[in-house]
Amino acid sequence: MFGKKRVAIVGAGLTLFRRNLKETGKELAYEASKMALDAAGMELSDIQSVVMGTAPDAFDGVHMKGEYLADGAGARNKPYVRVYVGGGTGVFTPLAGWWHVASGQFDTCLVVCEEKMSSCFPHPAYAFTTIFDNILARPLGTTLIWIFALEMHRYMHKHNIKKEQIARVAVKNKRNALDHPCAQLAANITVEDVLNSEIMCWPVQRLDISPTSDGAAALVLASEDVAKKVTDNPVWIDGVGWCIDSTIWTNRDLYYPDYVEYAARMAYKMAGIKNPPKEIDLAEPYDPFDYKELHHMEGLLLCRKGEAPKLTEEGVTARDGDLPICPSGGLLGVGNPIAAAGAMKVCEVFWQLRGEAGKRQVPGDPRTGVAQAWGDLMQYGSVIVLRR
Amino acid sequence: MSDVAIVGVGCVGFKSIMPELSYKELMFEAAVKAYEDAGGIDPRKDVDAFVTCAEDYWEGFSIFDEFVPDQLGAVLGHLFTVSGDGLLGLANAYMLIKTGHFDVVVVEAHSKASDILTFYDIVAFALDPIMVRPLGGNPYYIAGMEMHRYLAETGTTLEQCAEVVVKNKRNALANPYAAYGADITVDQVLDSETWFYPLKKLEVSPLSDGCIVMVLASERMAKKLTDKPVWVEGVGWATETPNLETRDWCRAIYTEIAADMAYKDAGITCPQREIDFVELSDLFAYKELQHLEALRLCRYGEAGMLLEDGVTTRDGDLPVNVSGGCLGMGYALEASGMQRLLEAVLQLRGEAEGRQIPDAEVGLAHTWRGIPTATGAVAVLSNIKE
Repeated sequence: MFGKKRVAIVGAGLTLFRRNLKETGKELAYEASKMALDAAGMELSDIQSVVMGTAPDAFDGVHMKGEYLADGAGARNKPYVRVYVGGGTGVFTPLAGWWHVASGQFDTCLVVCEEKMSSCFPHPAYAFTTIFDNILARPLGTTLIWIFALEMHRYMHKHNIKKEQIARVAVKNKRNALDHPCAQLAANITVEDVLNSEIMCWPVQRLDISPTSDGAAALVLASEDVAKKVTDNPVWIDGVGWCIDSTIWTNRDLYYPDYVEYAARMAYKMAGIKNPPKEIDLAEPYDPFDYKELHHMEGLLLCRKGEAPKLTEEGVTARDGDLPICPSGGLLGVGNPIAAAGAMKVCEVFWQLRGEAGKRQVPGDPRTGVAQAWGDLMQYGSVIVLRR
Repeated sequence: MSDVAIVGVGCVGFKSIMPELSYKELMFEAAVKAYEDAGGIDPRKDVDAFVTCAEDYWEGFSIFDEFVPDQLGAVLGHLFTVSGDGLLGLANAYMLIKTGHFDVVVVEAHSKASDILTFYDIVAFALDPIMVRPLGGNPYYIAGMEMHRYLAETGTTLEQCAEVVVKNKRNALANPYAAYGADITVDQVLDSETWFYPLKKLEVSPLSDGCIVMVLASERMAKKLTDKPVWVEGVGWATETPNLETRDWCRAIYTEIAADMAYKDAGITCPQREIDFVELSDLFAYKELQHLEALRLCRYGEAGMLLEDGVTTRDGDLPVNVSGGCLGMGYALEASGMQRLLEAVLQLRGEAEGRQIPDAEVGLAHTWRGIPTATGAVAVLSNIKE
């Protein structure tokens, strides 16, 4: 049997999240990688392997987008692979980096997540029309917001949740993002503003949704030996989990994300977490829509089913609450360049655990944090547990 | 010394077109065969992770893994996509098992190339959108240019390249999984239409449909699941650069790096002597020769002579592409590396029937991701547990 090896994150980098950044995808990947290497005090020559995460090729109109981005991500003449699980990619890619190092195959791995959505004209949402089954769903003219409206409606109906309760998530996250230097849509808004915003597809309104963005994030992963040499402050990847549900989402009850629960259980088991709400100090669940943060808190077993809106109302999930959720500002506030957005969450947990989150720092000297992303046809969950 | 084994394989195809099966049905059939081959495992209970190898543009979907779990038995399982060749999928499965947290991992790769109506236009979308794509033309011109440079640099002849096609298509006649077996002559190859000067029509691998699924297991599980484990002794993979402007146009640098990594992993110091047979990417005929050199199996520029001397034929000292290679089996997109791997597994199990290489103990499988990439992967396999 192999000795199980610990893997640490020793550096993180994040670009601005914006609509229509001038930089190409390669340049964004370069910026984030350079920042992460500088933060770790390492050179590209110290990096033995590179993992790329980037979501649909349809955004850029570039086939084999991973190959295209390779040199931007510093992968020239290195072992390099792209992993891809839709919206779950951002948190999944660090998991792939984890097994590059945990296997003993490499001492270091550079994890780069890049997304450039604004190349897609007239709007990146059009790229999402190609994620549906070409025979059964595409002819209906399905859009992404359309199916999430179904899910949100089902979630509200099952637990008798009001739109006002869900809107609080958007208010909290956009306000949290005011302290994030990379944020695209930080704002001080009220519940009324959300409820009065344009209706996209009932019950989803404009301020319930995260924006489309360009951006990149990168992490440097290292084996225990290397980590202890380059930093006094490593953050350990103690649990990894991922799970996919059936393609046939029309046959599933959308009120609860089983796949997130399965992914979380896998990660918690590895990390030895038995009581998630007690043992986890902060969480960055995926929040491309405000109801998704609540949905995912329940999937992550941070509260009981249907209980997340109440915790939000009571302020438990605020940055200074008992269980801070999305202290970064999340996708709703910081922005949503798909793969980079998930990795931004891992960066945030990394900075929070190191006490480097500046004005966003949650009180109480957190030791354990969780980041999670979600993707595909409401069917994918990826979870990472980090510990100081 | 290795701790990861291939314990089950399943293959459907390869044929130039398979209208009778959808991509999901291809995957289902190959998976069922692989699970049966691996001692009848139940994917819902016995598999710790699944890897599917796919690129969105080949499939005509965005986020292709959405459409994968059901037919593999991976619903609520731990599945992910490697956007790359099946051998890159194997490398990731290998690492997962080596972490000690996973015992059984399934790798799937497939091709439904016959569904692609405008293949070369899709390939063109892989070119740099700012610097290269606007130049237009069929992107396979890159292969013609590289071949020209390679021949000029190494003195390899057009006849030697044509001989690769003759050998591989003849090998394919003995392989039931091969789509394009044929008994042809060097003259027929040289007389075929020039597609991308100096590349001839018959030197370009035609597309094929099919699917391969493999089951990998840790040493502990491998012994429970099969009597004929094939050990993964080493893996390597590398990307040189996507830039046409700055890459090496003579040598397959990506293969050199990947091979060195795999040899180090496998403890191989003298590949010529230690490797019994090779399955490598011959997407274009000259690529077989270029890759053979990059794999350090002969000196730079010597592969053509090796071929002329009959060293790389099925009964030679170093058989190359006994399966028929991509030229004989058909270019199966991301399943190309899995074709090479499948042949290596069958040979090492002694199940290659009419094309069996006697006493094969150590085999090498190699792949290249095709135009316009400079990405390759290598796996060294063995049927002996040291």
